[in-house]
Amino acid sequence: MKSKALSAPYIVWMCIFIIVPLFLVAYFAFTDKTGAFTLENIIQVGQYSDVFLRSIWMGALATLFSLVLGYPLAYIISRSSLRHQSVLIMLVMLPMWMNFLLRTYAWMTLLEDNGMINNFLAAIGLPRLHMINTAGAVVFGMVYDYLPFMILPLYTVLMKIDRSVIEAAQDLGANSRKVFLKVTVPMSMPGIISGITMVFVPAVSTFIISKMLGGGSNLLIGDLIDMQFLGNAYNPYLGSAISLVLMVLILICMGIMNQFDEDGSAEGGMMP
Amino acid sequence: MGDNSIIRLENITVSFDGEQVLKNLNLSIRDGEFVTLLGPSGCGKTTTLRIIGGFVKPDAGDVFFNGKKINDLPPHKREVNTIFQKYALFPHLNVYDNVAFGMRVHKKSEKQVKETVREMLAMVNLSGFANRNVNSLSGGQQQRVAIARALANDPKVLLLDEPLGALDLKLRKDMQVELKKIQKATGITFIFVTHDQEEALSMSDTVVVMDSGEIQQIGTPEDIYNEPANAFVADFIGESNILDGVMLEDYLCSFAGKKFRCVDAGFQKNENVDVVIRPEDIDVVEADSTHLTGVVTNVTFKGVHFEIIVDVEDFKWMIQSTDYQPVGAKIGLLIQPEDIHIMKKSVYSGTFGDYSTFSDEMEEDVAKEEEAEREDEV
Repeated sequence: MKSKALSAPYIVWMCIFIIVPLFLVAYFAFTDKTGAFTLENIIQVGQYSDVFLRSIWMGALATLFSLVLGYPLAYIISRSSLRHQSVLIMLVMLPMWMNFLLRTYAWMTLLEDNGMINNFLAAIGLPRLHMINTAGAVVFGMVYDYLPFMILPLYTVLMKIDRSVIEAAQDLGANSRKVFLKVTVPMSMPGIISGITMVFVPAVSTFIISKMLGGGSNLLIGDLIDMQFLGNAYNPYLGSAISLVLMVLILICMGIMNQFDEDGSAEGGMMP
Repeated sequence: MGDNSIIRLENITVSFDGEQVLKNLNLSIRDGEFVTLLGPSGCGKTTTLRIIGGFVKPDAGDVFFNGKKINDLPPHKREVNTIFQKYALFPHLNVYDNVAFGMRVHKKSEKQVKETVREMLAMVNLSGFANRNVNSLSGGQQQRVAIARALANDPKVLLLDEPLGALDLKLRKDMQVELKKIQKATGITFIFVTHDQEEALSMSDTVVVMDSGEIQQIGTPEDIYNEPANAFVADFIGESNILDGVMLEDYLCSFAGKKFRCVDAGFQKNENVDVVIRPEDIDVVEADSTHLTGVVTNVTFKGVHFEIIVDVEDFKWMIQSTDYQPVGAKIGLLIQPEDIHIMKKSVYSGTFGDYSTFSDEMEEDVAKEEEAEREDEV
């Protein structure tokens, strides 16, 4: 009874700020300006399928790069001495202490055609590169902003792997490559799953990164939603419909990911 | 060298963070033997095992396997397998896949894997458990999976690092019998690390007693118990009364201020020695029928016997007797010549053997307390 009373404020909070807005989104998605039921908004979402595909493709690319970059780093951190571990983890976290917008804005000035990187290239006699307002810049921005979310869950599971389990694998005849593939990777599966989820979900729905680093040509779902609520196109009914479809897509993606985790039931990870 | 040793350690020296863990250790293990490395924690027994397994590189000295030097051979290429203290099963694999791990790494056919896994699980009485999650097993079952996993690799030598340490007493005894049975059935050399002297005595062909990085004695369990090499071994293996004594001449010694006939010879005249008398070898008699008498200060019921602490001229003796003696009683102690064991003096002389306290830690605390009291008086 007591714990129930204690959880009451949270339940009220969740109702007001999660459940009610979700219902509002669903309500707007299925109604028109007069408040009548319609499927028009959902059907309209179909014409933005290229934006959806681009978002998912870029989000997936960013997730893949984060995993490829983050895994070795998380592995190295987890294998270093305890004293070094805390310093290295702090270095990974450090950029997150700075405002997200500010960091992205900084990359904007760095990547510009007349930005610092191009000025430097010109100064040492190399040709200038067009980087800003490209799909590459957007993916780069995603990787840069969300990499810590990949590293932290990976580090958490890798650190928990008992040294003696690794030794047992060596003892049974596995060389370092086989130890890695047959023990370390499967045992870190929960971390890989939550890392992927924590990078993919915000990357797919971002709008700041694509706006600042992608110019107008790399419209993502997030930008689309942004435009329906705050832009000239003002159409909260369509915006809600897009949000709803995006949410369903992400839920499906996470459902698929969790299937992979079924057999790798080792503890650890930071599954949301 | 033409001996039949399967593992030979020569002049092994190891230090961790500047602290010597093994000092010039020499050990030869015969093929098919059940060898136990026995000693208190920190004596270097686990390090010795890890050197054989390939997980620790000695600072100096050589490791031989079947006469071949294997100093630089990594663990995965050694024909030895280890059973780890905490089992170290793969949590992401079920029982079957755990046992199959080594064979699959060695690219054995799945048919062969299936056959061997079934055989191994039958040997450790886990036949119905192939598809179980290892995390759902009890400690004893996990331990048996670890044994099956190691044996499935068909090792020449099996290293066991305190494998029974986490099990309760009854299960421990069962596993001791089981391990011994498996060792006899397979003929594999077992190198078993433990700090439990009873376990060592009941399972081994050869016991290697270690302390502070050095081997104190190597011998059969009977040798180790009956003829301890020094005061450390005598104290560590079973209970012992260890007294300062003098070897007056062959077959005659003196301790506790009295002369005794004994069966030892070959010492110098009037050589200072350590005398060991096992508590179960002392007979309690009427005080006036023997020349060694004392006052009972403590009696504890131990089930099979009473543990009686007797004060004989300020030296506390332990006697194990099936007859109860009341505290304060004056009793006589009768010792037969063959129950007196004489040892040369060693660095351990004088550190063990008195039963005022049972552990070194307690002894130190008592000493400190006495010191404090003395200071108070001043």
